[in-house]
Amino acid sequence: MEIGLSHYLTVAAILFTIGIFGIFLNRKNVIVILMSIELILLAVNINLVAFSVALNDLVGQVFALLVLTVAAGEAAIGLAILVTYFRNRGSIAVEDINLMKG
Amino acid sequence: MWLLQQADAVAVLPEIVLAILAMALLMFGVFRKDDASDSVTIGALLSLGLVAVLVIWGGEGRETAFKGAFIVDTFARVMKVLALFGSAVAIALSVNFMKRDGSQRFEYPILILLATIGMMMMISANNLISLYMGLELQSLSLYVLAAINRDSARASEAGLKYFVLGALSSGMLLYGSSLVYGFTGSTAFPQIAEALSTQGVGVGIIFGLVFVIAGLAFKISAVPFHMWTPDVYEGAPTPVTAFFAAAPKVAAAALFVRTMVSPFGNITPDWQQIVIFVSIASMALGAFAAIGQNNIKRLLAYSSIGNMGYALVGLAAGTKEGVQGVVVYMMIYLIMTLGTFACVLAMRRRGHMVEQISDLAGLARNNKGLAFVFAMLMFSLAGIPPLAGFFAKYFVFLAAVQAGLYTLAIIGVVTSVVGAFYYLRIVKIIYFDEPAETFDTMDAEVRLVAYASGAFILLFVFFANPLIELAAQAAQSLY
Repeated sequence: MEIGLSHYLTVAAILFTIGIFGIFLNRKNVIVILMSIELILLAVNINLVAFSVALNDLVGQVFALLVLTVAAGEAAIGLAILVTYFRNRGSIAVEDINLMKG
Repeated sequence: MWLLQQADAVAVLPEIVLAILAMALLMFGVFRKDDASDSVTIGALLSLGLVAVLVIWGGEGRETAFKGAFIVDTFARVMKVLALFGSAVAIALSVNFMKRDGSQRFEYPILILLATIGMMMMISANNLISLYMGLELQSLSLYVLAAINRDSARASEAGLKYFVLGALSSGMLLYGSSLVYGFTGSTAFPQIAEALSTQGVGVGIIFGLVFVIAGLAFKISAVPFHMWTPDVYEGAPTPVTAFFAAAPKVAAAALFVRTMVSPFGNITPDWQQIVIFVSIASMALGAFAAIGQNNIKRLLAYSSIGNMGYALVGLAAGTKEGVQGVVVYMMIYLIMTLGTFACVLAMRRRGHMVEQISDLAGLARNNKGLAFVFAMLMFSLAGIPPLAGFFAKYFVFLAAVQAGLYTLAIIGVVTSVVGAFYYLRIVKIIYFDEPAETFDTMDAEVRLVAYASGAFILLFVFFANPLIELAAQAAQSLY
């Protein structure tokens, strides 16, 4: 069986869904949420690179590189905010994030 | 080639200048031995002013840069000036608040400048890549701003919530972008539009479109992606909330309009139904959920959700008149919001901020001026003529009716009547309840912003024509 575009898209779609569910079903730790966000962005990268190869167009790979760099910046800022949060509350459990209702 | 590069530099000159000034101010703040926050704040205000001048007198007509990834037209110029104005006012409102709070840092105005560069990129984005870049530059700065008061548990919780949900929405937007890129073969808006008109719409493009709209709806806090808004508005320091409610909303609305009209203009019926749903849901939630609120910042969060719903009514029309309505709406919304938050910043007793609506009781007897401005702003948000808020709603509903969307317009009017209930409740508390303790004296800049915005909404009728004409030109430039 030859691996074609649709296989890559399916893998990316599955990873994306796991990422989304990881954010909403996770009741334990904020770090898991950060990992889920990375998973979502990597799913997008698989999509972009697969399309780029299928279309024979380099723009998709350039886009993927941009997404990689932005994901790194996003992770850095997320961890920084998480550190200030931990200093204030002494916990990063998801169920403790409830100072404000909603 | 050389000439082309020159033209590129001219089109993006305001952004380049702002980026260099922001970096220079950052270096200045870092290397200065004593506290640099005052001078950096003044520097940031001057930079925003200079960039606004560059935007206004920078050129005419439509210019593009970076092979069409960046576009400057009348629409972009108008929205950029609004965003710059909102950022400048937000910086000005923060000075004395942060000083009193002991949380004044020179990073604060610099982060606002960086967010503003992001907003200008968003407004001028003409390619999925530049769209994402602008959006992330803005969002990453906003996450940090929400948590800028790092000793406050509420502020860091607000920052954390905003970050998680914001990153999720960026992910959805990106996933949508990747599908649109894959199924149209290009990331440039004109090429996407061309591909859509020749090859038609497939399932992949519809999926991509839905994800892109979901990501954009999050950024303007429209239902069903509004969950972060009340918490972030309540938890973040009030001047930061004022900033969040004003300039980024204008930029995101501009981005939403351009993304719908420019690449997806040929498939208007496909996105129209999604925008109609989002708009109705936002208006309804904004009207009903705000009724039970006791915290004024939470109430204003629901109010801003509702306001975004009204702005989307104009976009849902999908016509030139509709876009004109959105531009007018965002102009008036920006001024009303900044004025309302200036009034909230004036709610201070014995040096501490108070945020409950009941704290406003009997304000009319203690401070007639502030009470009058607050009441006018509430009447305007409720959409009572002849105040500015009425005209904002009038133009979007007019566009919806002209486009044949009668149901949408009727639902809009009904929710606006429901929404009037809680705005008028505040007016009632201010004017008829037993007076509570007086507030501390207002800071000069807070008073200036509150009274100026009060004057704007009260006298809007007299200078409405040039502004509406400007909005019409802006809408024209998109088509």
